[in-house]
Amino acid sequence: MTADHQVLALLLFSGFVAVTLGITTWVSRRRHGSAEEFYAGGRLFSPMENGFAIAGDYMSAASFLGIAGLIALYGYDGLLYSVGFLVAWLVVLFLVAELVRNCGRFTLADVVAARMRERPVRIAAGTSSVMVSVLYLVAQMVGAGSLVALLLGRTSGAARVWAVIGVGALMVIYVSLGGMRATTWIQIVKAVLLLTGTVVLTVLVLVRFHGDVDRLLLTAAERSGHGKAFLAPGLKYGGDWTARFDFISLGLALVLGTAGLPHILSRFYTVPTARAARRSVVWSIGLIGSFYLMTIVLGFGAAAVVGPRVVSASNAAGNTAVPLLALDLGGGAGSTGGTVLFAVVAAVAFATILAVVAGITLASSASVAHDLYASLRRSRGSARSEVAVARWAAVGIGLVAIALGLLARDLNVAFLVGLAFAVAASANLPVLLYSLFWRGFTTRGAVWAVYGGLFPAIGLVLLSPVVSGSPDSLFPGVDFQYFPLENPGIVSIPLGFLAGWLGTVTSDEVADEAKYAETEVRSLTGAGAV
Amino acid sequence: MQSSNDRPCGAGGGPESSAGKQEDHGAPARDVTYGDPWYDELASGWGELDGTGMPAPSVPPARDEPGPAAARARDVYVQVQRSQAFQEVRGRYRRFVVPGAAAFLIWYVGYVVAATAAPGLMARPVAGAVNVAMLAGLGQFLTTFVLAWAYARHARLRRDRPALDLRWDTQELARGAQRGAL
Repeated sequence: MTADHQVLALLLFSGFVAVTLGITTWVSRRRHGSAEEFYAGGRLFSPMENGFAIAGDYMSAASFLGIAGLIALYGYDGLLYSVGFLVAWLVVLFLVAELVRNCGRFTLADVVAARMRERPVRIAAGTSSVMVSVLYLVAQMVGAGSLVALLLGRTSGAARVWAVIGVGALMVIYVSLGGMRATTWIQIVKAVLLLTGTVVLTVLVLVRFHGDVDRLLLTAAERSGHGKAFLAPGLKYGGDWTARFDFISLGLALVLGTAGLPHILSRFYTVPTARAARRSVVWSIGLIGSFYLMTIVLGFGAAAVVGPRVVSASNAAGNTAVPLLALDLGGGAGSTGGTVLFAVVAAVAFATILAVVAGITLASSASVAHDLYASLRRSRGSARSEVAVARWAAVGIGLVAIALGLLARDLNVAFLVGLAFAVAASANLPVLLYSLFWRGFTTRGAVWAVYGGLFPAIGLVLLSPVVSGSPDSLFPGVDFQYFPLENPGIVSIPLGFLAGWLGTVTSDEVADEAKYAETEVRSLTGAGAV
Repeated sequence: MQSSNDRPCGAGGGPESSAGKQEDHGAPARDVTYGDPWYDELASGWGELDGTGMPAPSVPPARDEPGPAAARARDVYVQVQRSQAFQEVRGRYRRFVVPGAAAFLIWYVGYVVAATAAPGLMARPVAGAVNVAMLAGLGQFLTTFVLAWAYARHARLRRDRPALDLRWDTQELARGAQRGAL
């Protein structure tokens, strides 16, 4: 890419960083240091604001660049991804959002621990939440490094290292100084930027084809070299049965995992009531759904306008499809319009990564301080010191994420996002649903449900082709691959549910009827909710 | 999609409307001064610390040997759970959510399985460039939007009002149980 792109993209990105740092300073002006403020932003966001923030939290660079790129390269199979990411929100809306808002305070563990013996349950749920967050965070950090290399055309190692360190430092500043309030506003700003950018590009693609979607699809199919097969499933996941099962497994993890993602659950506590939580989810379904519909247009647009050959020559995974499309739509390389659009897309992608990592860091620092630290410490500290712990936990998680991001920077970590969803679906969702809906659920059941989903999910990935035994794995030299699928969801999600059931039926403890009554009444009416 | 959710909410949309609700309860409720209900102390502790670092005063000192206040507060929830009004709210919630969730999960899993196992069927052309797979994919988007809208509407019209009444009654009962025990 030319120097103009780089300068303009860097300027726009610096502008975003300046604005977000301004927001952080502004919201931390009148800081009280209460837990309510740090974890939940004072619970005073409106449903619309929270809806935008949820969308900003959820739409990662992987979906903006990755899904459009997959569609540009493999046609219809890229679209399968976005469907899973969207339908998952119905699980959140129907079964989780309102009930969790009504009976928790800050984290997933609050909901489960209320019915159970607190310590073991909190430690289990806190551990799995931190695990999910760290997996997701490392994927985003490595993604940030590659994005810099791709968009600024600097493939040198130093640029990647500085990108990872820079993103890590910024997210630590946002979270530890600004807490939930700063994080939420950054996500809102990012969601608006991302949606505006996507709308502009989509309109330009449609204008290019005079609004004729049929012709857009036919041109894409023709240029892809696959003909009509480009518009039907099968190009990427249609190989042998292992590949097909792998996709079904990923599909299950996507649709069930969202409801167990700690950074999504913590967003429901930023609004005053369950009703507001419901309305924010409806907002976010509208925003996320329209966003994915537009990425479909962008993906097929990139195939039709740029062509899959050019896209895959620039980046084998297709991540540059949207930037290349923007360059072409603006008037081609060297034109002012092309330069501006390319720089805007690059800056939006950076903004996206920053907002997403800030949300995850905040959620995991809440799990560390509110669940793990609060259960493990001997003497009871004050709530104020818990917030101080959370701020330091954000710093610690930032350092861990930077270190892992640097270690993994040359590895293909695209599987980590799918894995984070699989762990969330196997370890967090069963325990959450059982505690909300199962009268007889016990402490042992809760602990087993978490570990019974967490360990199989992680273990199966360690034994899978992503770690060893194939040319693309992390350690291609060795072979301890015993599990054929890359995504463990199809096995580990049922195991999580099974372990929760087994733990409950084998424990001597009789579930406390009154506690269940309390959970049920609270979750459906909001009585006693904070 | 969003138009139905933009409406200014009725009862239960925020602290202001709850304050209004408090007045509806008439004389018996007036002697109880609720502050801002969202920041009020909990009717019974939820296993959490309050701002001073000590367990919130309403939390039973030990869960194994609940004091009289805690015992009554526990009874309140069992009593509310057995009440006709609560059963009705729960029934309405479940009657919508269980079939709804089953329907969209089956529809989604069916879609993913068909896309991976029966690509021939999915590739069948319908009109122009549009084939069965395109229609099914867009259908997933459409059903998601429609179900989200239907759920929000069902909850707003059929559940919100009785749930809010129950919330208030429960909190009052819990408060009464605690005061009686002190």
